Amino acid sequence: MEKFVTLTSVAAPLAEADIDTDIIFPARFLLLLDKVGLGKHLFHERRYRPGGEPTDFVLNRPPFDQARILVADANFGSGSSREQAVWALADFGIRCIVAPSFGEIFYSNCFKNGVLPIVLTVEQHAQVMAAARSEGPMTVDLESQTIRLPNGPDLGFDIDPYRRRALLLGLDEIGGILVDDASAIEAFEAAQRRETPWLYLDDGRLDRLFAEEKE
Amino acid sequence: MTARTLYDKVWDRHVVRQYDDGSSLLYIDRHLVQEVSSPQAFAGLISEGRPLRRPSAHIAVADHAVPTRLRHLPLPDGLAARQVSRLQANCERFGIHYIGMRDDRHGIVHVIGPELGFTLPGATLVCGDSHTSTHGAFGAIAFGIGASECECVFATQTLRQRKQKTMRVTLNGALQPGVTVKDIILALIARIGTDGGVGHAIEYAGPTIATLSMEARMTLCNMSIEAGSRVGMVGPDETTISYVKGRPLAPKGPQWEAAAADWRGLASDPGARFDREVELDVSELSPHVSWGTNPGETAPISGRVPDPATEPNAAKRSKIERSLTYMNLAPGMPLAEIAIDKVFIGSCTNGRIEDLRMAAAVVAGRHVAPTVTGIVVPGSARVRLQAEAEGLDKVFVAAGFEWRDSGCSMCVAMNDDRLQPGERCASTSNRNFEGRQGQGGRTHLMSPAMAAAAAVAGHLVDVRQLGTLH
Repeated sequence: MEKFVTLTSVAAPLAEADIDTDIIFPARFLLLLDKVGLGKHLFHERRYRPGGEPTDFVLNRPPFDQARILVADANFGSGSSREQAVWALADFGIRCIVAPSFGEIFYSNCFKNGVLPIVLTVEQHAQVMAAARSEGPMTVDLESQTIRLPNGPDLGFDIDPYRRRALLLGLDEIGGILVDDASAIEAFEAAQRRETPWLYLDDGRLDRLFAEEKE
Repeated sequence: MTARTLYDKVWDRHVVRQYDDGSSLLYIDRHLVQEVSSPQAFAGLISEGRPLRRPSAHIAVADHAVPTRLRHLPLPDGLAARQVSRLQANCERFGIHYIGMRDDRHGIVHVIGPELGFTLPGATLVCGDSHTSTHGAFGAIAFGIGASECECVFATQTLRQRKQKTMRVTLNGALQPGVTVKDIILALIARIGTDGGVGHAIEYAGPTIATLSMEARMTLCNMSIEAGSRVGMVGPDETTISYVKGRPLAPKGPQWEAAAADWRGLASDPGARFDREVELDVSELSPHVSWGTNPGETAPISGRVPDPATEPNAAKRSKIERSLTYMNLAPGMPLAEIAIDKVFIGSCTNGRIEDLRMAAAVVAGRHVAPTVTGIVVPGSARVRLQAEAEGLDKVFVAAGFEWRDSGCSMCVAMNDDRLQPGERCASTSNRNFEGRQGQGGRTHLMSPAMAAAAAVAGHLVDVRQLGTLH
């Protein structure tokens, strides 16, 4: 995973609550099989008219078309679990999203892709939104957990320590579990198999169970 | 011992390891795999050269991208065909049980998991789909995950998670005729908001719950995510246990007795503490419909489209304005005057046999309005076969509906079942987001009975008044 340490960029203001993942990445593009190259479909219905010509949506307008930070509003990324929403943002170049609240699955998906979602209080969020509109660059520093606004002040933010470390180091979470927790998982499975054996449909048994059902 | 909630009990028995920071490595018993969220997860395994840990913990089915008619022909959409065949190939490669499109066990993941007995009380179950909360109806901890987490489950059978706070939603009273559990969940979301449950696992409890069928409980838990909660649960009782009994993958023989005894002990203890409590008296509830572009923008059918001018909060006012513009609705208009073009009956929310029975009862002996086209998409092949055995397909077809094969269909509009720009739909699905049922399409969420009534009337209508419209 790509590391996230610090990021300095103009921030695109998107002051609209309840932007769901269908708006971020419309379902008809979900037939694609890759993670990369999805940025062109990001916010598709907002960015393009039915004929294909671009609208004046914030991410189409300089300097925000180069923004690497998105200042969104409450409940950003609600709805569907589609990770394509995060892949499309990352592919477009967005590495940090600031909002008063997020849809939970989207929030979790960000951390798997080197994208930092920051939750701020309503007051702090209003300051960042105003700074974003001023078009001045701001700096997000994950090490010190601060957002440095163009004309001050520095705003602190909270983040789960494990997720912070994973972003700072670009950790491979799956690799980590496989190395650190393999024996704990094996021990768990052995105990669970004794206590609730019905949870184990042993390999090959699925086909047999279904075959028996048919007879 | 301290009193524990249902969520506590299922959580506690799945903790593989507690980390110093308070998060847990949670064991995942069951994973439902579909074509949209899995290709990148399988690709990750392949590129890292990692094996899939426990193939028998996964079942795969293509539900989102498949067409709902002419299934004997090659898929007309090349991208969809590629996505479905990729799922099948990945399942063959990793030894996962794959259920094909023409199999009589086919259906939407959240309909077939319970039907096959793959979903069990007390289990942890995940799927790369937000409506996985459906399976919580059995007293499982079930939640939607992203593709990266699917990859983690493939490789490790675990997920690193933080325990959620808990919210109990207590339902009191009996529903009036014509009012359904869909109206309960829409009313609840309208009250607590689409982010009202964020950070919380919901448990639905109270006297009303005991009277509800498993199908109704699944509808309720299904839409927990629309209130912001990844997890919605109901404590297992005799209704749960008799539903599971005899299902193909359910425990059998002596294991069955042990399992059923275990499940009876999962209900929240008396005195268990919840972080938040919400109560709803359902006895005065009337049918609800959505008017806006999220499920919280919902009102009783007797109501009117809101007038943004009367909303004092500027942000809320502009959200209402935006919704009304997208939905092309005038402020103050009676909801029962909204004319519709399409009706969709189906989805993981309302595509089960009871839903089809309720809709069929409304349209029997009637016909859809000349301005309306309607499709009925059973949630699974089993639901379709059961409905056909009861003659429901004939009722729908006689009323002018199209009768289809199973799949997600017009709930997500990834196949050819979709609205044209500007079209308006009465839908039994779960999301009325902009473009959800097709680019530029407009969705009104409601129960199967209400959607059926709208089809007949040609406009939104209180199903309880349909008799007077003849």
